[in-house]
Amino acid sequence: MAAHGHAEQHHGGPVAAHEHHGAGKYIVGYIASLVLTAIAFWLALGHHMAGGPLALTLLILGGLQIVVQLFFFMHVTEGDGPPFHSVGLLLGLIFTFAIALMSIWIMSFHYQVQ
Amino acid sequence: MPDALRQFADTYLMWQEGPMIWISDVLILLTSIGIVATLTYFKKWKWLWREWLTTVDHKKIGIMYLIAALLMMFRGGADGLLMRTQLAAPGMHFLDAEHYDQIFTTHGTIMILFMAMPFIFALFNIVVPLQIGARDVAFPYLNAISFWLFFFGALLLNISFVFGGSPDAGWTSYPPLSELGFDNGPGENFYLLALQISGIGSIATGINFLVTILRMRAPGMTLMKMPLFTWSVLSACIMIIFAFPALTVALALLMLDRIVGTHFFTILQGGNPMMFINLFWIWGHPEVYIVVVPAFGVFSEVVATFARKRIFGYTSMVAALLSISVISYFVWAHHFFTMGAGADVNTFFAVATMAVGIPTGVKVFNWLFTMYRGRIRMTLPMLWTIAFVPCFVIGGATGVMLAVAPADYQYHNSYFLIAHFHQVLIGGVVFGMLAGMYYWWPKMFGFKLDERLGRWAFWFFNIGFYVCFMPQYALGFMGMQRRMYTYPADMGWGTLNFVSTIGAYLMGIGFIFIVAQVLYSIKYGERDLTGDPWDGRTLEWSLPSPVPHYNFAVIPTVTSRDYWWTLKEEGRTDEIKPKPEDIQPIHMPKNSGRPFLMGVLFFVAGLGFVFNWHVLAVLGLLGVVVTMLRRSFEYDDEYYIQPEEIQHVESALGRL
Amino acid sequence: MAVVEKALRDAHGHLSGADPAKPLEYQDPNQSLRILGFWLFLATDMLLFGCLFATYLVLRTHTDGGPTAHELFDIPGFTAETFILLTSSFTGGLATLAMRNRNRKQVLAWLTVTILLGLAFVGLEAQEFYKDVLEGATMQRSAFLSAFFTLVGTHGSHVSLGIVWMFSILLQVAKRGLTQVTARKVFIVNLYWHFLDVVWVFIFTVVYLFGVVM
Repeated sequence: MAAHGHAEQHHGGPVAAHEHHGAGKYIVGYIASLVLTAIAFWLALGHHMAGGPLALTLLILGGLQIVVQLFFFMHVTEGDGPPFHSVGLLLGLIFTFAIALMSIWIMSFHYQVQ
Repeated sequence: MPDALRQFADTYLMWQEGPMIWISDVLILLTSIGIVATLTYFKKWKWLWREWLTTVDHKKIGIMYLIAALLMMFRGGADGLLMRTQLAAPGMHFLDAEHYDQIFTTHGTIMILFMAMPFIFALFNIVVPLQIGARDVAFPYLNAISFWLFFFGALLLNISFVFGGSPDAGWTSYPPLSELGFDNGPGENFYLLALQISGIGSIATGINFLVTILRMRAPGMTLMKMPLFTWSVLSACIMIIFAFPALTVALALLMLDRIVGTHFFTILQGGNPMMFINLFWIWGHPEVYIVVVPAFGVFSEVVATFARKRIFGYTSMVAALLSISVISYFVWAHHFFTMGAGADVNTFFAVATMAVGIPTGVKVFNWLFTMYRGRIRMTLPMLWTIAFVPCFVIGGATGVMLAVAPADYQYHNSYFLIAHFHQVLIGGVVFGMLAGMYYWWPKMFGFKLDERLGRWAFWFFNIGFYVCFMPQYALGFMGMQRRMYTYPADMGWGTLNFVSTIGAYLMGIGFIFIVAQVLYSIKYGERDLTGDPWDGRTLEWSLPSPVPHYNFAVIPTVTSRDYWWTLKEEGRTDEIKPKPEDIQPIHMPKNSGRPFLMGVLFFVAGLGFVFNWHVLAVLGLLGVVVTMLRRSFEYDDEYYIQPEEIQHVESALGRL
Repeated sequence: MAVVEKALRDAHGHLSGADPAKPLEYQDPNQSLRILGFWLFLATDMLLFGCLFATYLVLRTHTDGGPTAHELFDIPGFTAETFILLTSSFTGGLATLAMRNRNRKQVLAWLTVTILLGLAFVGLEAQEFYKDVLEGATMQRSAFLSAFFTLVGTHGSHVSLGIVWMFSILLQVAKRGLTQVTARKVFIVNLYWHFLDVVWVFIFTVVYLFGVVM
């Protein structure tokens, strides 16, 4: 709809010659996500760390999982034209973490009041 | 049977409420009969369905948004006048407390969400694709869905007045007052569902225009060659997509509290009402920038056109827009400085709030410098723009006063605040949208709005504005709190309130002049035969008015900022006219009735949730899912306009 | 080809023709536009979950004397859910890979596997919720439980919707084969699926692991 005017033969068009893509990247990503998860479980359930540092470490592991999904599965580096989607995603991530963390900060007034 | 009927009338039609409801019922009935009869008499039903209800054309959707916004301005304005009438003198009994609560709630909700939002969307739709040289938005079908979700959301809120009862917990709807225990009528549910439904549409609009602007610009139009209105839409869309999800969550959680019986915001069982307020303003503060930033865009276009000068400081304008869209995200807690968060929280948000004034100040100076030594033409859009500057500067200054957290403990929820936000929202958004409406009206309809009547409207509205709101700053200092439905005579607030009410009526008269102006101009307005009635600078003025539905017969290649102006300066305007050999078949989306149907189904589901009619709610939602799936399986949704037809249209317009 | 390029230029603004060097889903500018739109939608959905996480974190200690996170969460249960969802994200990725290799049969197979894993995940979660409710841990019991069920339930309903959507795309691929349009749909539904996997990573971290430990 957007590209009004592209020619008919391109609609669901003929499949041109293409190279074969291997599954290597996906397997690496899968193993990475499994390993990160296993580390998180091991740290949390094995009582290897104190509360604060543990929470931080777990969040960092979660952040790494985002990276794994984005780069190994979601092809975030690919796209058509300038990488607007990456900018949007980055802003979204910043705002998401800002909202969550600042809300906790703001709402901690509760404990001061009590 | 009569008993059942009577009960129905009392429960849902609220007939015991008295003459105001009866009169509204009669008026609504008469208007509906009038519309149906007219459409039937002139055999216009098919036309309505084919040309409007099923359209995916951004220009028509924009016009529908505009009509809806003006209607809602009337509704919200009538609410405002009722409130001012009640407050005109101490101890009035024009409205009782409960009705007053309902009316200030609907006034606020409608003005922000169902007047300001559709008004900016109207201009997004009408202007952006034309300014960037595109044939439509990125997702025309989604655009239609957005409109119908807005429309049926607005309908849902408005019918609450005569069916079930209006919401009455304020437009911010703070719990625990808005919880079931304190407010068990359906009114609050109407508010939640109406906002939820139209909010989904707003998010979709945000995504749609972001993709349109980022990816559908004409060749050669780099980001830094875009007109400033388009930049302002880009900035507003960034805020829309990141702010509206917070509203969605806030409303959904409150709805769960009311319908399922959870305890997010209740006082008992661990709930925390302040969390709603936190979430609400995560959306709420960016929201006021969402509505005002497109107005900034309008002013930039208008100032440059009517001062006949290039806009001063284009780059700093862009930087200001983008920094507003980011900083406005980090100021929300200034709406509840008085909550009792620590000094650290209040300090951070106070400083951030003052910081957001900086880019706004940059913009004001840029507009002034653009006007400086320009040959200014005092047309209607320019008048509203010039009126905007002092109004917004005063509103901004009082905003900075409110941003001082310790002082805010004094101003909070007083009439000082009321005066402040009316000054920025009317002075910014309403003036901006009216300027935009006057500016692009010829592009939409092919004729100008009458200047003489417009000047009457302008002066009534502006003088009325200051008469109405300046006394309210003083009233705030004198201790008058917002949302009080009456006050005793010995407070000494009577005179100022009376003056304020006079101002409100003057603004009402201004609005009547606008209506008269539109009606008069339909018949007698100056026709726009050139397509460029204002001697404009940007691409939309290179097209005939009204624009053919494919917009550009041939997409131009842009080489400079203010490209149309450059062509005119260099005498090359013929270059942009289509040449027969360049005309190719144009690919366009087909019209569809499904977006309208989807709106109806959301409306049905909404009604179901409002009254806890679960079967209806589930049926409505299932219907929504089915329409979405049917859309997913639809492949043949586009067609071609053939070159012969385009040549025919273009030569009829004298462009070939 | 010149004509085509011209037409594309007319239509789209900047020239981005059907480029066989690009992955199938990006070849048609019309489809790549939708992929960008979907990324932005994911950003909004991320914000939505961000708000729900914030609510949960603010209310997580507000148990009102009812069941706490520590008492409620069942480690084998959420461990299984986690590994199932991680695996389904992998198989979804393999469907994208097969789509890029123009292997329709494999696309159908991997989508089916992904859907089945998704169903297993939703089934386990429903079972967990059912067990909680039987023990008196309902949404209405305390603010903590309201926030817990809403956050995890919102993710679960996203997954359920994803299953229905993925199935409808499976049918479309089966019927129409791999065209630029269906390829884009396969790509997008998998973006959604990976996104839900990321959200789950944070749910098992912030809700379950924090809940069991702290």
